Amino acid sequence: MESQEIDKISAVRKLQEWDAKAIGEVVEAKGETTIVIPSDHLFQVARYLASEPSLLFSFLSDICSVDRFTLEPRFEVNYHLLSFQLGVRLRLKVKLPGTDPVISSVFSIWPTADWHERENFDLFGIRFEGHPNLQRILMPDEWEGYPLRKDYPTEGYR
Amino acid sequence: MVLNMGPQHPSTHGVLRVVLELDGEIVRRADPVIGYLHTGIEKSCESKTYSQAITLTDRIDYLAPLSNNLCYCLAAERLIGLDVPKRAQYIRVLLTELTRITSHLVWLGTHAIDLGAMSVFLYSFREREEIMKIYEYVSGQRMMTSYFRIGGLALEPPPDWLERVRRVMESMPGHVDEYETLLTENRIWMGRTKGIGVLKIEDAIALGASGPMLRGSGLAYDNRKAFPYSSYDEFDFNIPTQTDGDCYARYKVRVAEIRESIKIVKQAMEKIPSEGPFRAEAPGIIPPSREEMKTSIEGLIYHFKIFTEGFAPPPGEVYQVIESPRGELGVFMASDGSPKPYRVHFRAPSFVNLQTLRKLCEGRLIADVVACIGTTDIVLGEVDR
Repeated sequence: MESQEIDKISAVRKLQEWDAKAIGEVVEAKGETTIVIPSDHLFQVARYLASEPSLLFSFLSDICSVDRFTLEPRFEVNYHLLSFQLGVRLRLKVKLPGTDPVISSVFSIWPTADWHERENFDLFGIRFEGHPNLQRILMPDEWEGYPLRKDYPTEGYR
Repeated sequence: MVLNMGPQHPSTHGVLRVVLELDGEIVRRADPVIGYLHTGIEKSCESKTYSQAITLTDRIDYLAPLSNNLCYCLAAERLIGLDVPKRAQYIRVLLTELTRITSHLVWLGTHAIDLGAMSVFLYSFREREEIMKIYEYVSGQRMMTSYFRIGGLALEPPPDWLERVRRVMESMPGHVDEYETLLTENRIWMGRTKGIGVLKIEDAIALGASGPMLRGSGLAYDNRKAFPYSSYDEFDFNIPTQTDGDCYARYKVRVAEIRESIKIVKQAMEKIPSEGPFRAEAPGIIPPSREEMKTSIEGLIYHFKIFTEGFAPPPGEVYQVIESPRGELGVFMASDGSPKPYRVHFRAPSFVNLQTLRKLCEGRLIADVVACIGTTDIVLGEVDR
């Protein structure tokens, strides 16, 4: 457990040394490390984390968004990464504006992002640029609105 | 030719539709189409209190309800900063391992019946029923137990329940042998599963496969060992792995996992103290006992407050991961300081594992698609949520 903590700190330090401008705030809370990334740097940071031999965050566990409606930037997209080699989990957080939220797709780095990104597009309306097949996945194709947004009523529009 | 397999098809285990692009009988491309069972559980959680939402978690993966309960409760407990008494932790371990056994039994039975072995289905459901009776005895429910609550368990288990668990566990290894005599060396079974649906380890990782899908391809990764929760680090068990990455390898992994789970259940039976609290002491979060509620004014106030407005964890977010029977089950939970979760997200292992289907089926026969769907062990309730 302690060695995992040390590995986590060194992974964050490594990222800062690589390109300090590419990463924002680093938050430690409830035993989890969150790195806030400016949206235009996400792809480079993701590629570095996945390919750097001493880190190898090869497993993308999950992508999930949060809608902080009325706040701006409105959307937060969380990427939960795991490195089998270090036994460390990291969260990358990207904040996106309420009007036209767009972010580059990480599909080419982690193919598992395919359905995760489609799900976030479907339920939040976040566009992932460069995704090969960005369509609705859980809701019907002709559905209007994005159900998990906070301004979407729980019972749906009537 | 393009052929729709499903959404109503007996071997798709629910309402999965697979669009097959065929060249004669060879599958050139298999595209799963999902969403037929989408019920908006994540959205519904946002309008319920933290405790009320537990009942929804049962319904995500309805073959392993206790694993979902556990993951959700662990996430909420970390958000609040609550410690669960050891006795409750061990009981949780015991019951989630029983869940793993029942879930694997359903998988084994349905996978075998898909491939034409009828009798295994009858045997595995017979044993599953015995374990379901234990759930019913302990929690009052066979399936949607909602037995784990934030801070511990819903109620004190009945006094002689461990005796019943012991009786079932004594006969269980013999039953697993029985399934193996029917399948492991069976030439038809081997013909239908060996070399079918091969998932290479690099593809498994890239596609986010977890659980038996990952271990069948050769990576010995298990969240119970890598990120122990609920005192799993005090238990002695192995991580079964196979290197072939085909349907047969995954079959071997799952059968071995049943045996490992029996081992863990037996250890848990030794560890569980007969006396002790079954939930944490946390006024305002854990409901007071019936007697306390009737006799003390504080108890009455807390009882009223918890059941009318709930409790409010401090703002923050957590991502809790456990090893469910299907793989890495994750719960992302964000609180804004109100009594209702601001956002709950389930990282469903079936959802992610189903993405591998295209890889598994490519260039194979239509009959192999059935084997490939079976071997991913999907639960459509969890895929669509």
